[in-house]
Amino acid sequence: MVNVAASALDMVTGIGAMQTVLSSEKAVDFFIHELIPYKFFGQTVYITTTHVCELIIILGILIFAIAARIKIMHAEEVPRGFQNVVEFLIELLEKYVHGAMGTHGKKSYVNYIGTIMLFILLCNISGLVGLRAPTADYGTTLCLALISVGMIQYNNIKTNKFRVVTNLFKPIPLLFPINLIGEFATIISLSLRLFGNVMAGTVMITLYYTLMPVIATIGIPTVFHAYLDVFSGAIQAYVFTMLTMVFITDKIEG
Amino acid sequence: MNQITNEGLILACSAVGAGLAMIAGIGPGVGQGYAAGQGAAAVGRNPGAKGDIMSTMLLGQAVAETTGLYGLVIALLLMYANPLLTKFLNL
Repeated sequence: MVNVAASALDMVTGIGAMQTVLSSEKAVDFFIHELIPYKFFGQTVYITTTHVCELIIILGILIFAIAARIKIMHAEEVPRGFQNVVEFLIELLEKYVHGAMGTHGKKSYVNYIGTIMLFILLCNISGLVGLRAPTADYGTTLCLALISVGMIQYNNIKTNKFRVVTNLFKPIPLLFPINLIGEFATIISLSLRLFGNVMAGTVMITLYYTLMPVIATIGIPTVFHAYLDVFSGAIQAYVFTMLTMVFITDKIEG
Repeated sequence: MNQITNEGLILACSAVGAGLAMIAGIGPGVGQGYAAGQGAAAVGRNPGAKGDIMSTMLLGQAVAETTGLYGLVIALLLMYANPLLTKFLNL
């Protein structure tokens, strides 16, 4: 009894986290690994797998963007090949943003929404190439949600000026606390939705790979990857950006 | 029964709590199923608007899913980053 409690204690405090999950003999490892420690204002923080994966994804996007830029500088009248792909991608994003935001979907929003959409999508499907999805780290999703809420509140203040305060007292002054909480709950709901979905997918796939016999991990996990990584990841990228746009439009029209 | 340590009690209760937290999955399950059913009915009435119906349905389902994910986050917290235990050990 004491031994079980002690090993479980290790598990919960993260000391022996790699060794046991419940009573399985194999190491179930879906945790964030700390790679390089460094001092930051007297506190020891770490370069983790999240940072490394994010850097790889950002490098990928950068290389694509530079290649696209070079190609577009020598654009042809009749697009073909790579230029076709780039134009298709940009047109798709523009159509998506204009469809969701209507007449408010100006060019600046396409830049922001397109960037965040590409980043989240690539983060979510990075499990396919063996990386640990950066969006399965609450630090990443919280930052993304904070940026989005900053964008929403900036638009709120820009269009509504001092009505930002009076809008909180609508429809009746009694609802002021609820409205105030509602403004801040956006951060929590946006970030936890993305984090929870990707984390659940990561846990599921890791559990399958670890607990099944080796023969069952050939070919069959494709189904799990297709649903949990690609489908769920694309849906979550869509939902995150769509909700950001809905909230911004709501503030502009409100 | 005398052998149960304080840590063991906290861990046992946390495990039960994690299981109970996942009951939150019932609500989103029912909600998402209802949304999918209504979406199917809408496509049946108006097959031309399939794209719009699909995107609206998925957005609604994702929002409905949030409450279930709160439960999941609580369960994960209790399993892997138990705040009760660290509080107990620091005392």
